[in-house]
Amino acid sequence: MSALARAAAEGTVLAPTGSSLVLALVVGVLFATGTYLLLQRPLTRVLIGLALLTHAANLLLLVAGGLSGAAPFIGDDGSVPERMADPLPQAMALTAIVISFAVSALLLAVAYRSYALTRDDVVQDDPEDSRIAHHVEEGPS
Amino acid sequence: MTDVLTGLARTVPAGVLVGLPVLLPLLGAALALLLRRAGTQRAIPLLVLPVMALDAAALLLRADADGPLAVQAGNWDAPFGISLVADRLSSLLTLVSVIVLMVVLVYAIGQGVADAADERSDRVRVVFHPAYLVLASGVSFSFLTGDLFNLFVAFEVMLTASYVLITLQAGPSAVRSAMTYIVVSLLASVLFVTVIGLVYAATGTVNMADLRGALAEVPGGVRLSLALLLIVVFGIKAALFPLYFWLPDSYPVAPAPVTAVFAGLLTKVGVYAIIRTQTLIFPDDTAVTGPVLLVLAGATLLVGILGAIAQNEIKRVLSFTIVSHIGFIVMGLAFFTVAGVAGAVLYMVHHIVIQTTLFCVEGLIERRTGTSRLDRISGLTHRSALLGVLFALPALSLAGIPPFSGFLAKLALLQAGSAVGSWVIVGLAVLVSLLTLYSMALIWGSAFWGSPSDVVPDEDPEDAVQVGVRTVPATMTAATAAVVLVGLAIPVLGGPLYALCLRAAADLLAAGPYVEAVLG
Repeated sequence: MSALARAAAEGTVLAPTGSSLVLALVVGVLFATGTYLLLQRPLTRVLIGLALLTHAANLLLLVAGGLSGAAPFIGDDGSVPERMADPLPQAMALTAIVISFAVSALLLAVAYRSYALTRDDVVQDDPEDSRIAHHVEEGPS
Repeated sequence: MTDVLTGLARTVPAGVLVGLPVLLPLLGAALALLLRRAGTQRAIPLLVLPVMALDAAALLLRADADGPLAVQAGNWDAPFGISLVADRLSSLLTLVSVIVLMVVLVYAIGQGVADAADERSDRVRVVFHPAYLVLASGVSFSFLTGDLFNLFVAFEVMLTASYVLITLQAGPSAVRSAMTYIVVSLLASVLFVTVIGLVYAATGTVNMADLRGALAEVPGGVRLSLALLLIVVFGIKAALFPLYFWLPDSYPVAPAPVTAVFAGLLTKVGVYAIIRTQTLIFPDDTAVTGPVLLVLAGATLLVGILGAIAQNEIKRVLSFTIVSHIGFIVMGLAFFTVAGVAGAVLYMVHHIVIQTTLFCVEGLIERRTGTSRLDRISGLTHRSALLGVLFALPALSLAGIPPFSGFLAKLALLQAGSAVGSWVIVGLAVLVSLLTLYSMALIWGSAFWGSPSDVVPDEDPEDAVQVGVRTVPATMTAATAAVVLVGLAIPVLGGPLYALCLRAAADLLAAGPYVEAVLG
């Protein structure tokens, strides 16, 4: 019998593995640093910023499930649904992690391609924007 | 006739009907990745997409006759499992999208983007068809899912395929634009996951039918902020003011068929998500969201079309008109009346077809002249009268000239607007229609009239997209002509189509049958 199942059978309420307040603070810090990095010019920082933001969102999904509890296995002897952790946000967080993993890999590949083409890590100006800005400064020719 | 066909559609199990538009293209994509021979790879989407179109037509008949069809994937019951729901709106949009996807596929094969023959672009050939099919799957999944989290998954499926398509054979400027596109889309996805987490924390469910009841018990302030957050998330995808900036930057760099599909479908999926969530799960917040959406729609209309007029490149003009005309659809929704939402649905159908057509024609122009820049093209009518006709018909339709589809859709929206007395937005919509006509006239006057210009040599002769070659493959022209004809069919079928849109809108605002179909 696993520790969780035993605890559930004995009727003791499990202490949450991480307190929600700490997790909520972590989510906040991740969002803040992610946003800060996203606003930088070098592409690597943008990418790390996006990675932090996705972590923040995934963690938030997990926190949304409420306090943690016993492993949600049906048929595990003695476990009662009331003491189980909510499995749905966990499943959603897993899906979101896999998706963000794939997209981050693709993004890294494109960033590398950008570096290979321009030999520069900094996000380039939009040529059309620069043209219009130039046009405005100089006046129509 | 319809009864016979509906009877025929009833013989297919609902699970197959609803699941097929999502699963078949994914299977096709997997097969296309395995079988790399050019002929086989080309055959797979050419087989898959017509089957999807038939299936979507059957779905539409069933949903119109019997009400929403709901399927619980894997037999997990409704609020917990994955629900797929086909009501009138989703099946209509799936049908139109698949038709557009079919025509553009033929166009892409004609252009050679899909299967460029030389060795260097071999990798492109291997990737195009699978990515295209995954995109098709993502689009229909977005329309058919009945669950907020799976809407996120569907968006990701669609967007990941679009990331691949937009970076096919990309040069430095295309990679730069694609980077903007990917970062912005990814940010929107992160926000979406965040909102889903918050919605789950507030209600304990992500099933949209279930959320309607669950959110009604949530305090008004919390619910309203969730509704507004979702508008921001989908506003980025739909290119709503002030979140449209990425679109005119990234769409023009992709090859013409890819841009055509993006222009027709991707932003509409965002708008669809706004319509679905605001009508189905936030019906009690319309007193605030209605005016907010109305202001956003007005700003989108005006800023988009002013952007279009300022541009000097056909692709960029057209990209800004996408932004502008998203405003029309959102304006219809913002009234939250049956007539308004019906107008929005009709406008979506019209705009998917017409905007795709215009980008297809742009591809033909670029093929012939080697450039998309207005100051370097002139006198196209001397070279090809057919090209002139192919451009003029959808351009007039976009501007809303009778008797084309744009006129019908705008008329429906303006009537809905005057019925609720929103004269400011009605006036603005008329003004924007005139300005759309002006922007189309700018293209016409500059590119089609005058003395014929010299062909500009291809800037990147080695990529799959050959431009400035004078000869245009018959398949490309035929595919463009076909999608022009689809656009012309909309006003011919105008009466029944608008009646269908009215029924779809009534469904959306009442939502009872939808919730019943999902939760049983």
